[in-house]
Amino acid sequence: MFTLSSRTAIVLGSFMFVTATQVTAQVSPSLGEAISEADLAAWDISIETNGDGLPDGSGTVTQGRSVFEAQCMACHGAEGAGQPHDRLVGGHGTLDSMQQIRTVGSFWPYASTIFDYIRRAMPFNTPQTLSDNDVYAVTAYILYLNDIIEADDVMNARTLRRVEMPNADGFVLAYPQRTDK
Amino acid sequence: MSKRDKQTADLEFVAGNGLIHRRMFLTQGAAMAGSLGLLSATPSHAEPLEIPPWMKAPGSHMSAYGQRSRYEDSVQRVVGGTPGVVGSGVSFTPIEKLHGTITPNSLHFERHHSGVPDIDPDGHQLLLHGLVDRPLVFSMDALMRYPTVTRIQFLECSGNSGTNLGPQAQQAPAGVLHGLMSCSEWTGVPLSILLEEAGVRRGANWVLAEGADAAGMSRSIPLEKMMDDAIIALYQNGERLRPENGYPMRLFLPGYEGNMSVKWLRRLKVNREPTMTRDETSHYTDVMLGGKALILTFPMGVKSLITSPSTGLNLTEPGRYEITGIAWSGAGKIARVEVSADGGNTWAEAALTEPVLSKSFTRFRMAWQWDGGPAVLMSRAIDESGSVQPTREALTREFGERRNYHNNGIQVWSVAARTGEVTNVYA
Ligand code: HEC
Repeated sequence: MFTLSSRTAIVLGSFMFVTATQVTAQVSPSLGEAISEADLAAWDISIETNGDGLPDGSGTVTQGRSVFEAQCMACHGAEGAGQPHDRLVGGHGTLDSMQQIRTVGSFWPYASTIFDYIRRAMPFNTPQTLSDNDVYAVTAYILYLNDIIEADDVMNARTLRRVEMPNADGFVLAYPQRTDK
Repeated sequence: MSKRDKQTADLEFVAGNGLIHRRMFLTQGAAMAGSLGLLSATPSHAEPLEIPPWMKAPGSHMSAYGQRSRYEDSVQRVVGGTPGVVGSGVSFTPIEKLHGTITPNSLHFERHHSGVPDIDPDGHQLLLHGLVDRPLVFSMDALMRYPTVTRIQFLECSGNSGTNLGPQAQQAPAGVLHGLMSCSEWTGVPLSILLEEAGVRRGANWVLAEGADAAGMSRSIPLEKMMDDAIIALYQNGERLRPENGYPMRLFLPGYEGNMSVKWLRRLKVNREPTMTRDETSHYTDVMLGGKALILTFPMGVKSLITSPSTGLNLTEPGRYEITGIAWSGAGKIARVEVSADGGNTWAEAALTEPVLSKSFTRFRMAWQWDGGPAVLMSRAIDESGSVQPTREALTREFGERRNYHNNGIQVWSVAARTGEVTNVYA
């Protein structure tokens, strides 16, 4: 048996430098198949906090209202008020109370996460069926309901990455070290 | 002096309310090991012995796939879900009905966010891309040819024991209070081998892991962890993963909160920064008093739990009992477990069952003479890094009395005088 006891990662300042251990390099059968960026694009659905990964397309608050009422309201309530499932709106100022209400508006630190999550996981029973335009639109509608954007704002790859969430400063990093201690 | 009084007089007590030195336990261990309940008392009279019917006729035939005894059918996971949708919810391991340290695969807890996918391994692929020199796709057949490592390690949902942070102590079996955890032998391919094959670029610090379920469950993992002890698990307790545990492959991150060990793994993207997915922002973050929330809270804290006695496993009569439970830590090995029978006034060191493994369950045992009076049982684990399991009170002082993640607080069981009834209490 080989072991992985030798540390293979060395942290150098803010970036990481990775060296192959001889042992693992020897035993790897190297069976991965090369794939081009174009051929893997369909799987690359995650959106980074700086907006990297946001696709082409756009959507308005008005379009988002129609998408929401047709595809989301049955589970998330009129105007995202919740019931039977997660409330998507409001809860501002409740985080320190015993009845804290965590919503997209009161809690989520990044707008990129809304697009990322809705596109990959919603509607719950038919995920990955909305068009990118519809995801932009319903994202715009949820942001509007939370008073984060205006009624006539349009969401696209350029505008969504600039949206600042109200609770962006509400988090304390616990990795690699707690930053408040 | 009666026989029982004499026995009690011989015992070496090490802490208040009847805790017996583990030396006594170890020397008398062979005789005691088999029985969970009463260790020894004045024997009562047995009925005359008869030949049972199963010795008078041959039993059933061999079977291609084994099943447990039908007399054990009541040992089940307790299933809880989100009403109105299929597939989002949890099921709890009945830890109070199990012993040793390995969780049977059929009883391994579940937490799914959009159900258990039915994945054909021939149609499953793993993509590794992002900040790498060579984006790669691995088929199942290819991965099965890679070298593997095997380790016995725990997996715990960071929401485990969350109920115990609420304002009222709930009366439920230990498995329902603390059953979102398990310990298995995991076999899989070290991530470092695949990352080296793809060639990680300068500036990379994180890897996004994504599942092939309908939630596309995704979490950001520090590259450092991926290069250290992360594996792509293929086997669990010797057999291929169960569907509810990620068949045909899952990420397994020893010591880290369960949600990060992404099941049905289909994609790894090497990144500069954490992606901040929904399940590392909206969920799996811990709001503190004051309203700010801890984010990227990865290792599970040092923890222990008495599984017997516990709710529902009541004491029947005064006498000697074995107090037993499990201890574990995301930081390494368990160094020591201490037990108290008087609500934390005095503590005694429990015997640890070998082998004591890193980031794994360690079973502890403590012999106890219950005099029939009230008792308050607690266990407290200390790991090799020196971390001590905190009290519930210490945690709620920082996070408030509300359901939260990462509750590694001390569980307190109250034993009622005379009836021996065990209840969940806070202090
Ligand atoms: C069939 C019911 C159902 C439908 C329809 C549905 N959702 Fe959901 N949604 C859920 C459930 C259940 C969850 C929680 C999932 C979990 O447990 O992880 C959720 C979670 C969410 C969340 C995350 C909430 C949080 O605070 O973490 C967002 C945002 C969301 N849904 C948006 C949408 C949008 C937008 C649509 C329409 C395009 C939609 N949902 C349609 C059931 C539904």
